[in-house]
Amino acid sequence: MIELAFYKKLNSPSGQMKLELDLTFEAGTFLSVYGKSGAGKTSILRILAGLLNADAGRIAVNNNLWLETSKGINLKSQKRKVGFLFQDYALFPNMSVEENLRFALEKNGDPKIVSDLIALTELGDLRQHKPTTLSGGQQQRVALARALVRQPELLMLDEPLSALDQEMRVKLQDYILEAHRTWNLTTIMISHDISEIFKMSDQVLMLDEGKMIKYAPPHEVFAQKSVSGKFQFTGEVVGIEKEEVIYIITVLIGKDAVKVVADENEATKLQLGDKVLVASKAFNPIIKKLS
Amino acid sequence: MEWGPLILTFKLAFVATLFLLIVSIPLAYWLAYSKTKIKPVIETLVSMPLVLPPTVIGFYLLVAFSPSSTLGEWLDQWFRLQLVFSFEGLVFASVIYSLPFMVHPIQSGLSNLSPSLKEASYVLGKSRTQTLFKILLPNIKSSLLTGIVLAFAHTIGEFGVVLMIGGNIPDKTRVASIAIYDQVESLNYGAANTYSIILFALTFLILLMVYLVNGKQLKPFWK
Repeated sequence: MIELAFYKKLNSPSGQMKLELDLTFEAGTFLSVYGKSGAGKTSILRILAGLLNADAGRIAVNNNLWLETSKGINLKSQKRKVGFLFQDYALFPNMSVEENLRFALEKNGDPKIVSDLIALTELGDLRQHKPTTLSGGQQQRVALARALVRQPELLMLDEPLSALDQEMRVKLQDYILEAHRTWNLTTIMISHDISEIFKMSDQVLMLDEGKMIKYAPPHEVFAQKSVSGKFQFTGEVVGIEKEEVIYIITVLIGKDAVKVVADENEATKLQLGDKVLVASKAFNPIIKKLS
Repeated sequence: MEWGPLILTFKLAFVATLFLLIVSIPLAYWLAYSKTKIKPVIETLVSMPLVLPPTVIGFYLLVAFSPSSTLGEWLDQWFRLQLVFSFEGLVFASVIYSLPFMVHPIQSGLSNLSPSLKEASYVLGKSRTQTLFKILLPNIKSSLLTGIVLAFAHTIGEFGVVLMIGGNIPDKTRVASIAIYDQVESLNYGAANTYSIILFALTFLILLMVYLVNGKQLKPFWK
């Protein structure tokens, strides 16, 4: 069980903002945090990791008290068992891939976990390479593996995939999911990408101006009314064209652009860049083997 | 020409640089990461030797450490340490005088590192000391080298402070820069020229090394 209840005054560009959170969820949950930039998402992760001090509150992870300001308890980052994936990866440039992972080992830690993680993230060929010689996706894998060496009780990912191209993203999502399942982790991920959130998370925390506005499974958070579709995808509107009496909406789903028909009522509510759900109800989908 | 002054100069520069390194790493760490209000005052004090005439520093050190002063008497009584007209005094004065040359490169090196490196190490369970020696310092090697070389070269070149607090005692406080002055005073231009040429060539080589290393030309040789 993870219990978070804290309060912190933050200075944002638009003045002071109060970050308030009161949330309890099961261990083993994959939680995504969604919200505009400046909503306080990263601050939540930093408070959990002990890198930022909350003004008041309580954090308990699996019955271990990490923070209880009323009792003066505030564990240092070093004492909290967390894995943190930084937005800039924060790999140590003076160490090779393997040394980065070994550095994370505890004093009497079993070095086998390092080789297990190298195998899981397919970094075997890059063991001896320095981080600066790796591509973005490779660096990301090293950072993920390093965050897992201590087998954290809480894995936190700060927009881990935003800098990667679509193909790399999908691959890394799979690595993260596999790690999450293999080690039974509790994972908190910040993401802006709704399709990514659908794919990965059990629960979504929607944040606005430091306040929790929604906490529910992804389909409840993002679909206005529930659609009992036979199949459904999320994507982004990339084109709206008017044709005679109807509108053709082009939706980017993954790497594919899909054209969907909409009437005027629906189309006028949409703008380029909107996240949408595409579902089909009445027809049986056709399945065709690719290549 | 005697070799004494040159040997003394390099001994002084070496010992002073060693002390500077020990003092400057914690000081630069504190200046790079502290957010206290007195930080600007400390930063100013560290930088003072850049603008203050060396004779001013030398004069106050002379007054402070003279055996008739309270501090001077106390040091002599408890540590048998005489900082006026002695080699130890020169080392102390050089550390003060060259402090900004060591602190500034290390401080800017640390400030330029991404803060997430330090945080990543903490989150991985490593202490501040482990983080400093295993992560921070190894990643600012070129700043450390710049600091070491500049402090070394600057100590070789000092004159005013040495003259004030050390005087001109052969093999004790007569460093090369003082010896040159001494030779010129006694119209012995030939010897002055020899000392000067040696200092000129050595400092040129030392500084050239910094620029080569930081310009990456020498990187393969020391990394």
